[in-house]
Amino acid sequence: MGGHVVLGVLARCLIGAISLIAAATAAGAAEPVDIAIGYLGRAGVPQTLSPLDQPAPDDGVAGARLAIEDNNTTGKFLNQRFTLIDRRVKDDEDAAEAANELAGKTGFILADLPADALLKVADSLRGRGITLLNVAATDDRLREQDCRANVIHVAPTRSMLADGLAQYLVWKQWKRWLLVTGSHDNDKLFADALRRAATRFGAKIVEERTFADTGGARRTDSGVTLIQRQMPVFTQKAPAYDVLVAADESEVFANYLPYRTWDARPVAGSAGLRPTSWDPSQDQWGATQLQNRFMKLASRRMDALDMQAWMAIRMVGEAASRTNSGDAKAMTDYLKGPNFTIAAFKGTRLSLRDWNLQLRQPILLADGRMIVSVSPQEGFLHQVSELDTLGVDRPETKCKLQ
Amino acid sequence: MMPDWMMLMKQLYGAVSLTLRSPLKAGVSKGEARLGPHGSRRAYGAPHHEGRHRHGLHAERFGYRSAFSPRPEEPAAGGRLDGRPQVRRYVSIAASLLTAVLSLAHASPASAYLAFVSNEKGNTVSVIDTDTWTVTKTIKVGQRPRGIAFTRDGKFVMVAVGDDDTIQVIDAKKQEVVDTLPSGPDPELFAQDAAGKTLYVANENDNTVTVLDLEKRVRIGDVQVGVEPEGMMLSPDGKILICTSETTNMAHFIDTATRQIVANVLVDARPRYAEFKSDGSELWVSAEIGGTVSIIDPGKREVTGKIKFAVPGLRSEAIQPVGIGLTKDGKTGFVALGPANRVAVVDGTSHEVKKYLLVGQRVWHMEFTPDEKYLLVTNGVSNDVSVIDVAAQKVIKTIQVGELPWGITIAQP
Repeated sequence: MGGHVVLGVLARCLIGAISLIAAATAAGAAEPVDIAIGYLGRAGVPQTLSPLDQPAPDDGVAGARLAIEDNNTTGKFLNQRFTLIDRRVKDDEDAAEAANELAGKTGFILADLPADALLKVADSLRGRGITLLNVAATDDRLREQDCRANVIHVAPTRSMLADGLAQYLVWKQWKRWLLVTGSHDNDKLFADALRRAATRFGAKIVEERTFADTGGARRTDSGVTLIQRQMPVFTQKAPAYDVLVAADESEVFANYLPYRTWDARPVAGSAGLRPTSWDPSQDQWGATQLQNRFMKLASRRMDALDMQAWMAIRMVGEAASRTNSGDAKAMTDYLKGPNFTIAAFKGTRLSLRDWNLQLRQPILLADGRMIVSVSPQEGFLHQVSELDTLGVDRPETKCKLQ
Repeated sequence: MMPDWMMLMKQLYGAVSLTLRSPLKAGVSKGEARLGPHGSRRAYGAPHHEGRHRHGLHAERFGYRSAFSPRPEEPAAGGRLDGRPQVRRYVSIAASLLTAVLSLAHASPASAYLAFVSNEKGNTVSVIDTDTWTVTKTIKVGQRPRGIAFTRDGKFVMVAVGDDDTIQVIDAKKQEVVDTLPSGPDPELFAQDAAGKTLYVANENDNTVTVLDLEKRVRIGDVQVGVEPEGMMLSPDGKILICTSETTNMAHFIDTATRQIVANVLVDARPRYAEFKSDGSELWVSAEIGGTVSIIDPGKREVTGKIKFAVPGLRSEAIQPVGIGLTKDGKTGFVALGPANRVAVVDGTSHEVKKYLLVGQRVWHMEFTPDEKYLLVTNGVSNDVSVIDVAAQKVIKTIQVGELPWGITIAQP
């Protein structure tokens, strides 16, 4: 009796072992390499002046999803499978904690976070072999004095955006600017970048004004009447200028300016002609196909944050196909190495600035309806890459990667 | 013999175009430079235009039957292709013979081909007579014409009109759109088999290659490929179809018998065009954003070398290879470098770049004349076509066409 039991157990073990081996072998032949990518973003969306600018709830992450699909189309030929882990943090939640949860599951995390939160996350993940891809924060300090070796920046900087705009305004011979800045810190940072751009490319800021945020709702039922009285008066008695340049990242006043300035002048910066990494109207260089795919997936057109997330995930996909591997270390080395370039429907190849891991990219100038121009403008030359005429260049950098 | 006044015009024209070449390259307004070919168009265009009937007649005599004849049940030799009554047909034959004799009398017999150029923004196709190097007709087509090719019998020209989601068929003789093909969404480039019976179309929007039966004009299959299929090329033996996918960055090898992908070769970013050597020994694939041409061994199905380009004074990002032309002997390759405004001349054996020919702005696709004496390249931004003398490796002429010329096909219709 006892012997039978032992024999039976033995037999069962043997069968179990054999089937386990069989399963493992089958898995080895067919199972694709899994590459998970995290998306760490804020819950909730900011308020904008125009309802048309109001970001969709899936702003950014929809671009990430499309890139995962595109990577998987390629991945099926290389036996690689990409997945996205979407994690949203509320205002009172600690982004670093959420990042540490993600870190157990993936080697790459897209960060759709403000500068301070991003730095906190970057420092908490230090030494764990995780690479953050900054898809949202445009702060120059993240690429300069606060740069980190574990953060690759896909979003352009404020200085790249300001330089892209300035090159066009100078080419247009609109060299006298009336600079109007909002009262929030991020508005002031954009104004700093615009001042730097004016000096760099030979424009002159004839006067500066500040538009103070006194609070209140972005939109009201009878808002137009009041705005029509306010804006002409606010822009009155300015010295002779060619273009009003507004720095209003906080969405307080810039979009009130077009057609309401005291003098008949175009508006640029945070309203009117806006510098951006991408725009829903962009359809050049084969972007029609990308926009079509995005429309099919998200039922809307692609904006800058969607595109920055798309590029970030495509970069990971490109690293996976070029290294034919799902190993985070090998992939990161490829991304940071000299051979990395990527195509992103901007008419030229994009690469990383090795001194601060910022993605080089053209800046589109959009008026909300069309792409008006793309910078760098013809004639702005550079010894390495014309794209380095945009933003802080190697000789000026304060970044020491570590 | 050519009448004296014509001879004089030709000499004059030659002289004019010669003197205009250098200032053109020095940056003088192109409008002035174009006065030469335009001024002479009237003198040469008409007789050669008529001369085309000769070739058409010839084709009918040999009883070529086209996949696109409007009534396939009738023999093409019956001469009903153009729908004209018999009596008028004889008159037309007589007229054609007469003009044929006339054109023989004064034409230089070396080249009497027609080049059809698709103008992406103009929504037109320009027809160039390679004898006079003038545009003899501009045909209105659908929206966003790009990929363009003669049918194997030389009677029709197929042009992919992407924004209309179809391929239109132009009667090469009538020079007007006579038919459409069920291509699938957003067709861009396509390849046809040697018999002219099967057409393979790249559909950028849904990551597929559509297979069409040209005679029955029906879709007979689809092949799922990478993201944004673009370049399409059949191996010389017809057994393998190459499809390049722009965002996946691969050349897919598709077995034409089973319609299955049998290999995927990773190339550089945004592969646009694929071209085989005529003996099938090499496959060249251009990568627009990567800035290279990959040389692939079609047997091993792996990249064996890469052609890199460097133009003094140009940033490497401006060098964006697209169109490729290989001579039949495989000894010389030509690569269009897009916004670098140059065509690279490459040694077909060593793969070394021998020289760069300055052409128009944003040079895109190219095609040899069937006698391989000339290579015509489309320049998208300057709205013209450059003519390269293949033996001399020199640009000899620039012809203004429609807005944003993209693709080109040449045959003796």
